[in-house]
Amino acid sequence: MLSMSTNNLSYSDQGGTDSAVEVGQETTPTSSNAGAGFGLFSVDFKKNEDLKEMLESNKESLKLEAMKRVVGLIAKGKNASELFPAVVKNVASKNIELKKLVYVYLVRYAEEQQDLALLSISTFQRALKDPNQLIRASALRVLSSIRVPIIVPIMMLAIKEAASDMSPYVRKTSAHAIQKLYSLDQDQKELLIEVIEKLLKDKSTLVAGSVVMAFEEVCPDRIDLIHKNYRKLCNLLVDVEEWGQVVIISMLTRYARTQFTNPWKEEGVFDERNERAFYESDEEKTRDETEAKPYMMDPDHRLLLRNTKPLLQSRNTAVVMSVAQLYWHLAPKNEVSIITKSLVRLLRSHREVQYIVLQNIATMSIQRKGMFEPYMKSFYVRSTDATHIKSLKLEILTSLANEANISTILREFQTYVKSQDKQFAAGTIQAIGRCATNISEVTDTCLNGLVLLLSNRDETVVAESVVVIRKLLQIQPTQHSDIIKHMAQLFDNITVPMARASILWLMGEYCERVPKIAPDVLRKMAKSFTSEEDIVKLQTVNLAAKLYLTNSKQTKLLTQYILNLGKYDQNYDIRDRTRFIRQLIVPNDKNGALSKYAHRILLAPKPAPVLESAYKDRDRYQLGTLSHTINTKASGYLELSDWPAVAPDQSVRNVEVIEPEWAPSLGKTGKSKPAKSSDDKFYSDSGEEEEEKGSGSSSSEDGSSSSSEESGSDAESHVQKNSSQSSEESDKSSSQSEKSSSESDSEKKERKTKTPLQKKTVKPTAKDSRYLMKRAGPTSPKQHTKTIFVNVINQHSVLQTFSYSHWSTLCVSLFTQLCPLSLAFPLQVSGPAFVPEKSHDLLHRMTGKGLSAQYQFPRQPCLYQPTMVSVQISLTNTTDHPLEQIHIGDRSPTGLNMHCFNTIECLEPEASVTVFMGIDFNDSTQAANFQLCTKEDHFSVSIQPAIGELLLPITMTELDFRKEKGKLLGMNESSATITMAAENMTSQPISRPVATVANLGVVPSSQGNVHRFAGKTASSRAVVLVTVELRESSTALITINTEKSVMGSMLLRDLKLALAQA
Amino acid sequence: MQFPAKMIHSLFLVNSSGDIFLEKHWKSVVSRSVCDYFFEAQERASEPENVPPVIPTPHHYLISVLRHRIYFVAVIQSEVPPLFVIEFLHRVVDTFQDYFGVCTEAAIKDNVVVVYELLEEMLDNGFPLATESNILKELIKPPTILRTVVNTITGSTNVGEQLPTGQLSVVPWRRTGVKYTNNEAYFDVVEEIDAIIDKSGSTITAEIQGVIDACVKLTGMPDLTLSFMNPRLLDDVSFHPCVRFKRWEAERILSFIPPDGNFRLLSYHVSCQNLVAIPVYVKHNITFREGSSQGRFELTLGPKQTMGKGLEAVLISSQLPRGVLNTNLNPSQGTYNFDPVTKLLSWDVGKINPQKLPSLKGSMSLQAGASKPDENPTINIQFKIQQSALSGLKVNRLDMYGEKYKPFKGIKYMTKAGKFQVRT
Repeated sequence: MLSMSTNNLSYSDQGGTDSAVEVGQETTPTSSNAGAGFGLFSVDFKKNEDLKEMLESNKESLKLEAMKRVVGLIAKGKNASELFPAVVKNVASKNIELKKLVYVYLVRYAEEQQDLALLSISTFQRALKDPNQLIRASALRVLSSIRVPIIVPIMMLAIKEAASDMSPYVRKTSAHAIQKLYSLDQDQKELLIEVIEKLLKDKSTLVAGSVVMAFEEVCPDRIDLIHKNYRKLCNLLVDVEEWGQVVIISMLTRYARTQFTNPWKEEGVFDERNERAFYESDEEKTRDETEAKPYMMDPDHRLLLRNTKPLLQSRNTAVVMSVAQLYWHLAPKNEVSIITKSLVRLLRSHREVQYIVLQNIATMSIQRKGMFEPYMKSFYVRSTDATHIKSLKLEILTSLANEANISTILREFQTYVKSQDKQFAAGTIQAIGRCATNISEVTDTCLNGLVLLLSNRDETVVAESVVVIRKLLQIQPTQHSDIIKHMAQLFDNITVPMARASILWLMGEYCERVPKIAPDVLRKMAKSFTSEEDIVKLQTVNLAAKLYLTNSKQTKLLTQYILNLGKYDQNYDIRDRTRFIRQLIVPNDKNGALSKYAHRILLAPKPAPVLESAYKDRDRYQLGTLSHTINTKASGYLELSDWPAVAPDQSVRNVEVIEPEWAPSLGKTGKSKPAKSSDDKFYSDSGEEEEEKGSGSSSSEDGSSSSSEESGSDAESHVQKNSSQSSEESDKSSSQSEKSSSESDSEKKERKTKTPLQKKTVKPTAKDSRYLMKRAGPTSPKQHTKTIFVNVINQHSVLQTFSYSHWSTLCVSLFTQLCPLSLAFPLQVSGPAFVPEKSHDLLHRMTGKGLSAQYQFPRQPCLYQPTMVSVQISLTNTTDHPLEQIHIGDRSPTGLNMHCFNTIECLEPEASVTVFMGIDFNDSTQAANFQLCTKEDHFSVSIQPAIGELLLPITMTELDFRKEKGKLLGMNESSATITMAAENMTSQPISRPVATVANLGVVPSSQGNVHRFAGKTASSRAVVLVTVELRESSTALITINTEKSVMGSMLLRDLKLALAQA
Repeated sequence: MQFPAKMIHSLFLVNSSGDIFLEKHWKSVVSRSVCDYFFEAQERASEPENVPPVIPTPHHYLISVLRHRIYFVAVIQSEVPPLFVIEFLHRVVDTFQDYFGVCTEAAIKDNVVVVYELLEEMLDNGFPLATESNILKELIKPPTILRTVVNTITGSTNVGEQLPTGQLSVVPWRRTGVKYTNNEAYFDVVEEIDAIIDKSGSTITAEIQGVIDACVKLTGMPDLTLSFMNPRLLDDVSFHPCVRFKRWEAERILSFIPPDGNFRLLSYHVSCQNLVAIPVYVKHNITFREGSSQGRFELTLGPKQTMGKGLEAVLISSQLPRGVLNTNLNPSQGTYNFDPVTKLLSWDVGKINPQKLPSLKGSMSLQAGASKPDENPTINIQFKIQQSALSGLKVNRLDMYGEKYKPFKGIKYMTKAGKFQVRT
């Protein structure tokens, strides 16, 4: 009740009436009888309570309905966090849709409810081992999306494991998870880079894009990781999914700029009017002289260009754009033009696509107008274009204008000037101005055209024309007094401040050409000075000063009047200017020196303004990037480096095609020797670190340093020595050999062989586990968080013991660190203590048309697969004719992992046969349904295992038992006190009923009244520990410790039943 | 410190009245107040289309697309190719349309759970995961009335339990185990003509763009080849990923294993050397007289070089100047409509009969005292010509390999007006 009322309060505090109304609307279907006058808040409260009830109900459909409504709330941005406990309970639901919706909820709110979110973790850990790859992948997706720092180690383990999953889809998911983990905890960088390195070697096209994305995010500077994968990436590119293509292409663009030499140097002078290109080629020329060798394109460079070219035909605009930018930045100048057509094609796409493509074309067309000139008409403006599209097209048309096409363009511009979109019309006027300055033949024509526009009715058009005319007049000031006069006449009608200011400036600048008019304009301005805009006031002061100098007789008084007005103006700029001008032009005793030069200062010839494109210097950003679009450096933008002067070693990209898994490093040394000398020379020449990274020898340094960093222990160096001994002997100084040895070494690491590796990676993981414990210890006061960590460790340790090859070495040594003793006494599966003879009916002879089948659990470890439970089936033919081809048909759930018995060709009448099969129940008591088929018929049958049959007994010492039990406290422990029958009070009868119920091994006990049993689950190999402690008055305490808490409680129920009965 | 993560952070759906009606976050939650910058830009823009697609804000970048009068606003935290985001957002819209038939605010709100499930599958951590419609449909089945009913009764779900077969195969666009009783493959060659015609009726620019849309319902794994009579017409092409590019380069033959169902096989551009025959002409006389509150409006349409095929579904629209208060026009056929608020004139002409040319004549009343508009309105024309591809592109033959049955094949041609404008 308390929480209820606070809940209410907080809602009314927020006072969001409209949210309350909306909430009210939502509730109408469920609680229609709640009177509106009753108060919306209580309705709201009721609604959440209602959802909570639905979520806690037993009916799947109700739960699903509730989750759908919760997702609706999330979608609207409403707060649904208070439902967290109710929702999180359903995380292990069997209904896949419900589960997915719970995932959606979890990812949204886990950050806010960290403690509760941890409750769900074990479900995901379990799902990570699911045989269904989709479930494994989605578990990893959600686990890594829960932004709770405390689970970082768990995520790390999961990622590492998933990175070597069988399914490429799961590996792809792990690449995504890398980025999520990195943004959660940057300290994991080094470990993550290892995973990235591993995934980069993956040959699946599904993984390539995602891992490169992770690379770009986590370690974009580790170019050295790319070398070996460069050719593979180039070759896979066409088959990678389109989004991956974009990412890979942009990464390869950066890579190529650091690894290849400039292909533009041979081309010399272009026919473009472009200083930049000239500049670059000049630079190259000087370099050419020193080197004096012809440019040869690196075959790898060519490979990249060749393999990206088909992607210009992609239907994905982002792919086309990324190829276009790659060609722009990497291809020889004469090849760039192949991108033109494709870019123009993109203009047919959506408005937003057009916008970005046009921006990039605008930048390109400034440098190389030849590329787009044939497509000029594609940039003609339509009246239906959006304003920003129009102005971009205008921009491009202006850049494309030359002597040949200017008349066509100007004719087109004339239409635009008349556009109803006045902003666009103003833009066109500026464009005309630019054309006029760039192409001297048309300057006069343009000027005349603009003057005509001065009589336009629209103010913005006139204002823009005035400004542009002013700029043009500055460029060609001679014999244009007519225009100035005309503008003076218009002055009264123009109200736009910028235009007025421009006219005033023109008057002042060319006052000698219009000696009669200028003073008159000044007179008018003196009248209206106080009501003008600041910019106009400033120009009025300027005009006054200039006139005072040239025509002081007429304007002396006017000037003084204006200066006086300006002196008391509200704007300090104007007051400053006035003061300055007064000192400059009005001669007095103090400042005679300066006023001598007043004429020269004020009426100095001024350089004409340059009208240039806004896209002039956008090429400093890589094309196609966000930074290019917004013309500022976006966060996370990676500069495109300049071409290196000398190409770094090419051989780093060489990959040995066939590499036996345990190839002796000797074999490679001979081959790579020649490369070595060039390496050395190169390194002695340049001291740049970045380039060094790209080379073979440094990568070997990298490799060894990273491995020594990892190991540090004697064992490691010993192993390394062993493997590289032969090569070192043959050529001790050869960096290449060292490299290959360290390489094969790292390969071995990947192979995860058991013995050497356990020793080898002790160090880093020790660090890691310390970290883990530290995190788990002080930072989490909650009991259950701690246990979760213990869980992980525990689980992994068990897995290791059974040499479950998928587990990474990390957990191996984790285990070693935590319980070194256990290694000495590995938990061994023992024989069953007791085999129940009870057999169950699988198929009755009546339903089976004469075929009867019975099954029982022989409690033997399954031969087919360790995770399976073996089932013994006896088939009997009760008919009078032989049954043929008895076999197993369809099964459900479809993902059920089952080892079927071989088809029985023929079963004679009255004969019976016993067969074995293995079923992976996946640690649940869910029945395995399948079809038992004969030649003619098929019968649906099901095997429902008792919980105890899903276990395998293990032997352990009492010490080990206690240790294990110590790790499985808290929510992993379930216990109950029962009253026992008197005959059960001795040791023998206790172990018997327990063994009947569950397949557990007896642990020798030193205490007479405490009986211990140990086992592990068949599928996930989680330890299950059972303790029965006999107490006075024939009561007993049963305690079960296992991380599979559901199994624990089920087992407890069975045991209670068995012991109490007996 | 939160490291600025790449790719798409969040998505907001904003309707035309500026309300956020759906939000989805792929990483930590970004407050919806970030959209205030978007609303500002929306207010500044005179038309909905004029909102800039990329808006920088102090901590984020907003990249938006406008489709079906809904803004899809993606929140980005750091450098990412903007087209990447834009293309993705358009795919989202296409997917919604594919699933719900329409992409409206109401449809999205009604199917909010499916929308959420889709968005969850399409993007992982802001990076596109599954955008191929075939794959998505195996993961999440599109809602149909029948299925909704069945689901409520049986409690089954719309969500697939298995990884779609396409995800892992070399042909991710096609699922395995496709079965049809009637095997059929239809191809629609649709060409659009974009043109600007000037006042005097001469063509300023005209170009033809085409697409081949396919509807393929074939059993198994058919391997199709499609060849043209005149492949040289195709100047620039872009393919569905299923088309084998090498084969096209070498032989100019489209060879592909098709996706199941509807897809766009090819889009192409017809080389500009070929002069485009404009199929329609417009005679117009639109005048405003200075000082008069009346304007004249006359429009006559006629067919031109249509190779005997009739012009259908002709629709004229024109944005009249702001000064026009109302119109009093008389169409010889069809219906016309003038919206005095948006000043949009539209005339649904229908079919053009060459014997009796359609015309629209009458007067416009102008605001009293206002000066005459500078510019005459531009006329936009839409039309269709059935059974003809304007460029003359012809499919030669369609062959199927890899399967034994005989499919039914069909090819249809059509020409439409794209952005067809007449300046007056």
